[in-house]
Amino acid sequence: MRFGVVRFYGSNCDRDCYHVVSRVLHRPVRYVAHDESSLDDVDCVILPGGFSYGDYLRAGAMAARTRIMAAVEEFAAAGNPVIGICNGFQVLCEAGLLPGALMVNDGLRFICRPSLVRVEDNETPFTSGLQPGAVMSLPIAHQWGNYRPPPDGFRGRIVLRYSADDGSVTPESNPNGSWQNVAAIANARGNVLGMMPHPERSSESILGGEDGLGFFSSVVSWWEGGTSYV
Amino acid sequence: MYDDHPVWEDVGLTREEYEVIRSDLGRAPNGLELGMYGLMWSEHCSYKSSRRHLATLPTEGPRVLQGPGENAGVVDIGEDVAVAFRIESHNHPSAVEPFQGAATGIGGILRDIFAMGARPVALLDSLRFGDPKDPRVRYLFGGVVSGISWYGNCVGVPTVGGEVVFDEAYADNPLVNVMCIGLVEKDRLTRGLAAGEGNAVILAGASTGRDGIHGASLLASREFDEDPGDMRPAVQVGDPFREKLLIEACLEALEGGAVVGVNDLGAAGLTSACSETASRAGSGMWIDVDLVFRREEGMTPYEVMLSESQERMLIVAEAGREEEVLEVFGRWNLDAAVIGRVEDGELLRVFCGEEELASIPVMGLTEGAPDYDRPGLAPRPSRPEPPVGLGMDVDAGRALLELLAHPDMASRAPIFGQYDHMVGTNTVVPPGAADAAVLRVKGTDKGIACVTDGNGYACSLDPRRGAELSVAEAYRNICSVGALPLAVTNCLNFGNPEVEEVMGEFVEVVAGMGEACRRLDTPVTGGNVSFYNETRGKHIHPTPVIGMVGLLEDVSRHATAGFKEEGDEVILLGGDATHLGASAFSRVVAGVDNGPVPPVDYGAERVVGSVCRRGIAAGLVSSAHDVSGGGLAVSLAESAMLSPVGMGATVDLGSIHDPISALFGEEGARILVTCSPGVSESLLEMAGEEECPARIIGRVGGSRLEIGAGDSLHLSVPVDSLSSAWERGLE
Repeated sequence: MRFGVVRFYGSNCDRDCYHVVSRVLHRPVRYVAHDESSLDDVDCVILPGGFSYGDYLRAGAMAARTRIMAAVEEFAAAGNPVIGICNGFQVLCEAGLLPGALMVNDGLRFICRPSLVRVEDNETPFTSGLQPGAVMSLPIAHQWGNYRPPPDGFRGRIVLRYSADDGSVTPESNPNGSWQNVAAIANARGNVLGMMPHPERSSESILGGEDGLGFFSSVVSWWEGGTSYV
Repeated sequence: MYDDHPVWEDVGLTREEYEVIRSDLGRAPNGLELGMYGLMWSEHCSYKSSRRHLATLPTEGPRVLQGPGENAGVVDIGEDVAVAFRIESHNHPSAVEPFQGAATGIGGILRDIFAMGARPVALLDSLRFGDPKDPRVRYLFGGVVSGISWYGNCVGVPTVGGEVVFDEAYADNPLVNVMCIGLVEKDRLTRGLAAGEGNAVILAGASTGRDGIHGASLLASREFDEDPGDMRPAVQVGDPFREKLLIEACLEALEGGAVVGVNDLGAAGLTSACSETASRAGSGMWIDVDLVFRREEGMTPYEVMLSESQERMLIVAEAGREEEVLEVFGRWNLDAAVIGRVEDGELLRVFCGEEELASIPVMGLTEGAPDYDRPGLAPRPSRPEPPVGLGMDVDAGRALLELLAHPDMASRAPIFGQYDHMVGTNTVVPPGAADAAVLRVKGTDKGIACVTDGNGYACSLDPRRGAELSVAEAYRNICSVGALPLAVTNCLNFGNPEVEEVMGEFVEVVAGMGEACRRLDTPVTGGNVSFYNETRGKHIHPTPVIGMVGLLEDVSRHATAGFKEEGDEVILLGGDATHLGASAFSRVVAGVDNGPVPPVDYGAERVVGSVCRRGIAAGLVSSAHDVSGGGLAVSLAESAMLSPVGMGATVDLGSIHDPISALFGEEGARILVTCSPGVSESLLEMAGEEECPARIIGRVGGSRLEIGAGDSLHLSVPVDSLSSAWERGLE
């Protein structure tokens, strides 16, 4: 299984995602430039975090209009797995591949710290190896992570919610004011996932935790298990 | 004729300096030339008041690959990897416009690091402000933190450490010192050299505008008189997105092998980058201002040469291979253009098309700058009889809570929480978890530790000892995470050097820092001097900030400060404090501003550090935390608060002379470690081998911190109460 990590101008978690795939998962991976137009040689696309185009105009807005995103749309429409992490999640929303929008955090400030999230849905390629209800520790680092559903109703899947350590979803465990404590969502089909927490930052024990690795290993098992389409 | 128009004053020079320029050139300089001299001979660029003193610092060591004089210092950590690091101030711009001042400070120090061919992997910030209750101070503090957060987060380099101190002495002159650390393969190490006749001088990155003209000469090299807001046009505006592209493009261009040298454009812009690179290589250079791409029309050659527009780099490329370099920048959507050539000879020549506008000996701008032996008034350090107990009937528990809630000691989480400290996935020990940050070095088993430390208060009482203490504390912090201290960069923040009292302090601080670095084997690889931190004649505390890096051979063997397991034994490496001189306790609790600053016992620092490192490397140590601000009581409290579940400890200091001094005194060479009961003996044996004082003073457990001595209990406070005081202190 071959991964593609998309690099927009200003992406800054691209190298971190590449590292996890190549050095921790030991799977082939290549960088995909913002102006490429084909994803024929990859099986899973990662839109990494960072500040694509400096977050100027609106986080993710300009990246969503690059040439590669047309290819990502096509790739996703065919049922292939796409994960957007942090800024990548913002890009997916701006591109219309995921419903809703990410607004500025309730406290208006950038927040960087560990967060606890509860697994709500393990019927997506990226969560297929996780247990529903399991509580994981994943780091967050964002200023615009306050998820809002579309005004005409949410027609996707809630995949992760910020929770307390016992799994209860409380206002106190919500770091940014997200609707329904949403930390990650997927499209209705499940193959396109957007998450604010950074799984690539907690995929090695030396960094303090390996809970994030489950997202990458899930998609590998899912794909290598032969289910190439959702 | 110039007698009628003191032209030198317009560019911040003195009449005497002007005369030297005249005689060097053999003619009067024209306006452009004078402007270029004004910048290069400014205090900020020329170090004219500090050079001879800095020359006394130890700068050599077996691991030093690059000492002072380059964009950054570099040390060898083995396996073909080197660490580039430097600290710089952005004090004056931050006083004028805190958000952009701090942000562009980050931008500038990053460029110093990737100019060496190193990928920036970490930032640290050492900040000083006035009383946080003052609304203007809160504005400055908030602006600086937001500016660092905005620029650092966007550019994708984690902010892993630093310090913040609040003191009335910095009310009008906040300090923003920024340190950056980068990693580079040894054979990729690049220098700021304009070598090789005919090689191309390429300007890359942002276009050149009118921003920041005279930033170095008129903003950074003078004290403030009136409202610093009037100086706002001299502050530049940052663009972290462009900086990110510039990092990637420069590192990629270096891989191609066509690049001879790289230099950043910071203070003094093109003038400085051209003259410094030519000067280091012993070359001449010509550039044509017509070839400089600009962001606004109608700029004069003077403005082009003096602009401090951010996010620009100077690249010297092999003749005939310019296109390879330009192509890389094009791919990163950045402008780049050949603006001149290296040439033989000794002149920096500036053209506008065919017309030669300036012709100055390169060395005259750089090494020919004035070198002043300014008179200094030897400070009289405050060294009274060491105060013991202060004759007070003190409730030690209440004193501890008061210290923890003090803005200087309270939890830094509200600040660090705004910085991305994890991007890059190298951060093994995040800010606040230990005495120093630890980063792994991918592709090896190694780790690097880094810290900044400064103690302006101690330096105000006793400049020499205060400087020694700052180095010793940084050394101890690096040892406390298990790393071997390697080298030092420093930022020396002072008032006006033309004031004898300030110059006297400066000389003493440099002497103390040099002594400490020699005795602790941590050579100085570079740094920065910031004078004129002064407003209406009131100058800041002498404030040397030490940035230190250390090496862990096995990064998985490191220590953090929080208690780990109930039942672990608490061991004090080093002796008991015997007095309260220059302590947070005397200042905050007793309200006494007095010395003596404890002298540094280098032998003790070395053995305590060594035993701590050996214990950590052998896997004997569960936690380690040095004893510094607030003394033993504060260190124990921090280890309790940083434990996963608020674990307390019961400590018995045994027979001690004065309990309050033992609890709150700040004599150095002490590290608290915890070990599981089975291995304490092994650590004590190690200590015995090195004749390091060490004893078990207590045990981790329970939900309270209890400290006694023999039969008397001096302090018993629930960890929850400690935490709530500590966490609220900065709100």
